[in-house]
Amino acid sequence: MSFFQPAVSVGNVGQLAIDLIISTLNMRKIGYFYTDCLVPIVGNNPYATEEDNSTELSTNAEVYSLPSKKLVALQLRSIFIKYKSKSFCEKLLSWVQSSGCAKVIVLSSTHSYQRNDLQLRSTPFRYLLTPSVQKNVQSKIQSLNWQEMEKSPCIPQMDDSEFCVRVPGGGITKTLYDESCSKEIQMVVLLKFVSEGDNIPDALGLVEYLNEWLQIIKPCSVNPATSALPWKIPSSWRLLFGSGLPPALF
Amino acid sequence: MAATFFGEVVVKAPCRAGTEEEEEEEEAGRRETPEDREVRRQLARKREVRLLRRQTKTSLEVSLLEKYPCSKFIIAIGNNAVAFLSSFVMNSGVWEEVGCAKLWNEWCRTVDTTHLSPSESFCVFYHLKSNPLVFGSCPRRNMQVTILTCRHVTDYKTSESTGSLPSPFLKALKTQNFKDTACCSLLEQPNIIHDLPAAVLSYCQVWKIPAILYLCYTEVMTLDLITVEAFKPILSSRSLKGLAKNIPQGTEILKKLMTTNEIQSNIYT
Repeated sequence: MSFFQPAVSVGNVGQLAIDLIISTLNMRKIGYFYTDCLVPIVGNNPYATEEDNSTELSTNAEVYSLPSKKLVALQLRSIFIKYKSKSFCEKLLSWVQSSGCAKVIVLSSTHSYQRNDLQLRSTPFRYLLTPSVQKNVQSKIQSLNWQEMEKSPCIPQMDDSEFCVRVPGGGITKTLYDESCSKEIQMVVLLKFVSEGDNIPDALGLVEYLNEWLQIIKPCSVNPATSALPWKIPSSWRLLFGSGLPPALF
Repeated sequence: MAATFFGEVVVKAPCRAGTEEEEEEEEAGRRETPEDREVRRQLARKREVRLLRRQTKTSLEVSLLEKYPCSKFIIAIGNNAVAFLSSFVMNSGVWEEVGCAKLWNEWCRTVDTTHLSPSESFCVFYHLKSNPLVFGSCPRRNMQVTILTCRHVTDYKTSESTGSLPSPFLKALKTQNFKDTACCSLLEQPNIIHDLPAAVLSYCQVWKIPAILYLCYTEVMTLDLITVEAFKPILSSRSLKGLAKNIPQGTEILKKLMTTNEIQSNIYT
């Protein structure tokens, strides 16, 4: 079974990507993460398609599943409370280990303004694998000619600093990655260099990147020229930039 | 410095996903000494919420709902919701103070807790002595929770402009196990609630307790007659049925509360 989750990161791209996956695959809610590590929020069903299913209450951390494809997804809908993110990562990973997930896939993003010259000229997508990831997954990813996230100076201001994996703006991505390395959890991190703004295209890009590997949805069109995949935008993505404007403004 | 999608370069702009602090925390964690950890532990203890008996200020030795099991638990958050409950619900029957919640954080402004107006932040628990349905002896699984609070109308997302909305207006959010109908329309997506009302509803949703939140969207966040009266439709709901007996008296009490508050907020005294 594969376990997907977002990191709360720049542009909220990971969370938007998970929303697209849950909405497109029509995944069913199977449970909650009840935690004091995230700011509490509630609202009605963000994936509502009609009147009947629009009144189910949703909380800040919920788990969805699609048994036919052996997929489980965690969606995080609010930010971490100060000093609680590490504790959340530890609890989450210990649950992942005890529930027997084969691999964890983290969808995330990182500040695009921190790219070096080489990164500016290359694809904006990157991946990271923990050492425990199975050989067949490693070779599949290598065959896609993907770019691994480059190491950068641990302390950017120091000239002779050591190099390590850094994910600026990636929220809990680095903590999850480091913890998974030490706990020997199979984790694949997929991320994109982004700036904050309208990050819907970034989220679509990230799920397409994921789909190159996992093929979770297939193109619906017979004509290969119109290769757009049918990602379903959730109904809760309305009004992302606020309410309508007063006509008197114009 | 950060460059945003729309081309501007801003200095010290907070990241929408709230991630800057985490990087600082990680660095701080690496440099943390045992003294820092002790200071942080003491601060966390100071911020803990404690339940006390109001008059004696001693701790309640068991949880409030164990000592006073109830079938209806009503929470009012914010000055207008509290004024509504005080004027229309708590004006009939004998309500006894059973405890209070004491909390401190860096944003608290309340100092004197004996002479409170609805505009000061504090938390007091009451139970209805005469009516066994409210804080009575029913087992907890039959408990129903009702939450009342306000939000500013500009928080409400709609495809029209919020200026054209007939505020104040009521919206509701209910948990899966709440089977009654709400006395107003439900809060539509993409609107969400956060903070304490969300924390209570989340708890009730996860632990399958029937609960409903009545939310009043208003232009006036200070104590306001029209905003408080916007909660009136709830008086006929099953949640508050039988608790509000004397509505005209409630209106009088509310008017007196307004006058008292106005005097307190006069900047010339």
